Amino acid sequence: MDRLGYLRQTPSQTAGPYVHIGLAPGAAGFRMYDRELGWDIAGPNAAGERIRVEGLVIDGTGSPIKDVMLEAWQANAAGHFAHPEGGGAVEDGFRGWGRVITDFETGEWGFDTVKPGPVAWRDGRMQAPHIALWIVARGINFGLNTRMYFEDEAKANAADPVLNMIEWENRRPTLIAKRQMRDGKPVYRFDIRIQGTGETVFFDI
Amino acid sequence: MKRPSDYYQRDVSRHPPSFAPGYKTSVARSPGLALISLEQSQGDITGPVFGHNDLGPLDNDLLRNFATSGDPVGERILLHGRVLDEDARPVPHTLVEIWQANASGRYRHRKDTYLGALDPNFGGCGRTLTDETGYYAFRTVKPGAYPWRNHINNWRPAHIHVSVFGRAFSQRLITQLYFEGDPLIPLCPIVQTIPDPDAIDALVARLDMNATVPLDMIAWRFDIVLRGRRSTMFENRKEGN
Repeated sequence: MDRLGYLRQTPSQTAGPYVHIGLAPGAAGFRMYDRELGWDIAGPNAAGERIRVEGLVIDGTGSPIKDVMLEAWQANAAGHFAHPEGGGAVEDGFRGWGRVITDFETGEWGFDTVKPGPVAWRDGRMQAPHIALWIVARGINFGLNTRMYFEDEAKANAADPVLNMIEWENRRPTLIAKRQMRDGKPVYRFDIRIQGTGETVFFDI
Repeated sequence: MKRPSDYYQRDVSRHPPSFAPGYKTSVARSPGLALISLEQSQGDITGPVFGHNDLGPLDNDLLRNFATSGDPVGERILLHGRVLDEDARPVPHTLVEIWQANASGRYRHRKDTYLGALDPNFGGCGRTLTDETGYYAFRTVKPGAYPWRNHINNWRPAHIHVSVFGRAFSQRLITQLYFEGDPLIPLCPIVQTIPDPDAIDALVARLDMNATVPLDMIAWRFDIVLRGRRSTMFENRKEGN
């Protein structure tokens, strides 16, 4: 407790190499829970465009981080979050939250969801559609917050209050995922560079 | 429309810096540029909500949730505490997940090759929701220390990993708890990524003799404090903001 009577925040520690045991035991190599959490972000009833997001998390040496875990948090296509203060109703089964782990051999990760709708910024201006990502791993002492935007939302991205807050315009594209079509389905590529050339923008929120 | 109130700022003095070279793996896994400060918006003051339907009946009982032929080997413990915010308000109905090595210091993970034996009756993970008062409890065994490659003779103190959600994505926290009196705590490069000794002390679970179950298990108490939330001036507090 500090001198004003506030309790003090519990410090963070790295999630370590075995984060999967706790948060994704199937990936660790054993069956524990009937239902692991975070594997179905959008659910079957969500409106909007069905998309896939894929990428790597790359360390300061240029190598993929193969033991990383990401969590995604997003609004539905109407711009509502699945939360009492989320701005409105969401479809039955839409949670908007997901856990994403890598292929242990390659470091590639991917998840399926729906493309989120725009959500208002603090002053009422609209933010461009985006997915919040939180990144933890061995060697990451404090979970890293970033955002993934969509290449095909160029107009909304250009007006986005958060992207525009990034003083270095040449860093803004680190937050924009590249769109391609695969078997008729949009796939967004979003590689996250923790350190060095092309370092992804991370936020202190 | 009333703008929802923000969560208190991160107390950066409490947390480890990203770059902490004593913990070698952090060197290439820490951003080289400063984080960009962002005011909170709706995605930050909301976060996933979990319910009892998400959980199974044995999820918080690591003595039983993987056992097939008997109890796991090791010191039986009750790990319990409360999830609070900086205003000492309980954080109810929030998901707490833990994972740990077994009593030999071995993780049930395809990537762990330590000599310590696997325990056929111990999985090493659990999860629960806090109650209305923010209280949580797990039954488990006390994990063993184990060696790791940082400096060649580094040993992790006995520890349990803890993941907590809170009410908002900006409260999301993963940490590790240690056990009071463990001489490995001050020697551990991961512990020592935290610069403030008082903050390290906050990660040390306390022996709680009032909660032990006599002739059954020792209790350790670990309270977790998440970021608090502002009250908006001139507005009533009915919503508990």
